[in-house]
Amino acid sequence: MADTISTKQIIKPENLVHKKSAVMTDTTMHYCPGCGHGTTHQILAEVIEELGIQENTIGITPVGCSVFMYNYLNIDMQEAAHGRAPALATAIKRLMPDKYVFTYQGDGDLAAIGTAETIHSCNRGENILIIFINNGIYGMTGGQMAPTTIVGMKSSTTPYGRDVSLMGNPLKMTDIVATLPGTYYVTRQSVHKPGNVRKMKKAIHKAFEYQKKKKGTCFIEVVSNCPSGWRMTPVESNKWMEENMLPFYPLGDFKVPEE
Amino acid sequence: MTEEIIIAGFGGQGVLSMGKIMAYSGIMQDMEVSWMPSYGPEMRGGTANVTVILSDERISSPILRIFDTAILLNQQSLDKFEKAVRPGGTLIYDVNGISRNPERKDIAVYRIDATEEAIRMESSKTFNMIVLGGYLKIKPVLKMENVLTGLKKSLPERYHHLLPINEKALSRGMEIIRKLD
Amino acid sequence: MEKELRLMKGNEAFAEAVIRAGTDAYFGYPITPQSEVLEYLTAEKPHERTGMVVLQAESEVAAINMVYGGAGCGKKVLTSSSSPGISLKQEGISYIAGAELPCLILNVVRGGPGLGTIQPSQSDYFQATKGGGHGDYKLIVLAPSSVQEMADFVELAFELAFKYRNPAMILSDGAIGQMMEKVWFNPQKKRSGELQPWATTGKTADRERNIITSLDLDPHRQEQFNLKLQKKYREMKEKEVRYETFQCDDAEYLLVAYGTSSRVSQKAIQMGREEGIKVGLLRPITLFPFPSKEINELADQVKGILTVEMSAGQMVEDVKLAVNGKIPVEHFGRMGGIIPTPEEVVENLKAKIIGG
Repeated sequence: MADTISTKQIIKPENLVHKKSAVMTDTTMHYCPGCGHGTTHQILAEVIEELGIQENTIGITPVGCSVFMYNYLNIDMQEAAHGRAPALATAIKRLMPDKYVFTYQGDGDLAAIGTAETIHSCNRGENILIIFINNGIYGMTGGQMAPTTIVGMKSSTTPYGRDVSLMGNPLKMTDIVATLPGTYYVTRQSVHKPGNVRKMKKAIHKAFEYQKKKKGTCFIEVVSNCPSGWRMTPVESNKWMEENMLPFYPLGDFKVPEE
Repeated sequence: MTEEIIIAGFGGQGVLSMGKIMAYSGIMQDMEVSWMPSYGPEMRGGTANVTVILSDERISSPILRIFDTAILLNQQSLDKFEKAVRPGGTLIYDVNGISRNPERKDIAVYRIDATEEAIRMESSKTFNMIVLGGYLKIKPVLKMENVLTGLKKSLPERYHHLLPINEKALSRGMEIIRKLD
Repeated sequence: MEKELRLMKGNEAFAEAVIRAGTDAYFGYPITPQSEVLEYLTAEKPHERTGMVVLQAESEVAAINMVYGGAGCGKKVLTSSSSPGISLKQEGISYIAGAELPCLILNVVRGGPGLGTIQPSQSDYFQATKGGGHGDYKLIVLAPSSVQEMADFVELAFELAFKYRNPAMILSDGAIGQMMEKVWFNPQKKRSGELQPWATTGKTADRERNIITSLDLDPHRQEQFNLKLQKKYREMKEKEVRYETFQCDDAEYLLVAYGTSSRVSQKAIQMGREEGIKVGLLRPITLFPFPSKEINELADQVKGILTVEMSAGQMVEDVKLAVNGKIPVEHFGRMGGIIPTPEEVVENLKAKIIGG
């Protein structure tokens, strides 16, 4: 059958469609199957590799599912207290202005306990990249309501769905930081489809380029999923995300530099 | 020699800066010095006081209950610190705004009409230097040349044109201070 | 270059010494009675003098976490605050201790609890010496008793912090922060620029990646790590105890006091001796490690000990542990921002120790 590719053909280098970045370690990830963290880590590692900045990049991990990110990326990293990653990044970047500094934070970390650090780092225009993973839930602690949990969404602390009259409204941090004079590039992406992965990768590339030029804070939100916390299969979670999260958190650029 | 002084009055009378000039002057003549202010919101328009210690020896406590000399520049300060003067010690006060004069008989009491004199000199800012001049007349623990250097050091350069009038205020203070019996 | 003599407030002397020590960065937030530190640093333009970074943070919490970030890069970094602000920083301090990072924290103590008062106090002794935040950890704690020591302890604190990779605290109070005295400064040091092998300065090809973290979910490894910390603290107790004695040679009674209280106590000793009371002073300079051995030895010589503290009696517990019941140990203190007078100290020595 001429249309079928044999195993031998698949492993030929010219047919390679994906390989692990050299900036990734060999440690097996602890993330649940279908979770967006793994893909985002991989893209980030690829960009660091492509830009040749492994020796000059310092990352900051949050408290949350991605607390162990430092086990997966082969770069120098610091693990911050809950919500404080932008404060660490501020100091690191100011003390070593020629390094590339990024934080990687979840919605509870960035938009609840760390709101002040997020807003003020962005407002000061720190030359850092903030990657904000928004899956509308506290994944690591077992699926409680996050500041970004959408109205009606169930979680272990909104078992009947988020009721605005009781729990208030979901917070759109990306919209807020885009209004601050210190931010230079603000965008909302996702990694649930190949096309989105490519766009996300381009966004990280841009952000590091802007950081090199000391333009100010770059902020990339990634609308993501939590199959375990949402009690769904990976496929169901992606579908639910598209149908429910994306209408409330539409993808696209919020602040793009004029070039 | 150890001289333990409390200076107290309204914020704005230059109480703290007077103490600072004394401390600077003490350093000029190789003395040990400490300057311990009252601080906080009470200073903003309210009363201010500072403890200044000048000594040939290492200074132990910068905070004291009993003083060799009290320089008291309003009624509240007089009420509060008259009793804090060591028997045989010295009290200097400005009679302006005072409704009750010092009553102690076991200390030397001096009066200096510095507010009035400052008005006469058409410079309210010279008030604290008039008082300091009076103090130095009674207690010549600091040499005048060192006080002038201390004054210069503690005044920002943009105020250095005021040095002559301050020097004049010091000598006026020396002239007008008088002892009460 | 020669030493330089200045007349300065304790807070200003601290700030000047920070610049001269070749410090890399300061992160802070205003609070009375220590705002002069941040004010002095911004006025002095240390970025022009040495390239030092000075940043007013959005909160005490952000400031201590900036310290964490900078310390994780192996830099000489510090923050300063006063009691309520130090309480806010405790989470960050615990993380810094857990990640074994060197840094300096100045606490210019004011009276509490709560918002309390802005007047001087020593009521943060427990918080400073027993950990302060969560978990089994210790800070190196230095207690200055003069404006000169506010300056001198900056270099000492950094030296000890880097030697042990441990946060160091200078525990001062509002009186020492606000008072002016003579202070001699060392000449300006350059910022070292030295790369610490453990720091996150960018993973070069010749080494493994460096990770700054206090997290280890494996209980056995976490216990091993805690044992390592405890070993470090024991080593500090053996090697880093610092104290000063005053008129102890013939003393029949002993005062134990640190910081402002020790200055008041010296005056009290002078007054007591004029009345024929043979009293001396032991002033702990390091509050952790505490001079327990030295106090225990003096307990064989004197008849009783009075601690003088601006608190309800905190250090007295460590003195009692050191004395271990050999002789009576009592406490005298004032609270709420009141500094005890030398007269009161003498009265209490008589009433609680000599008469008792």
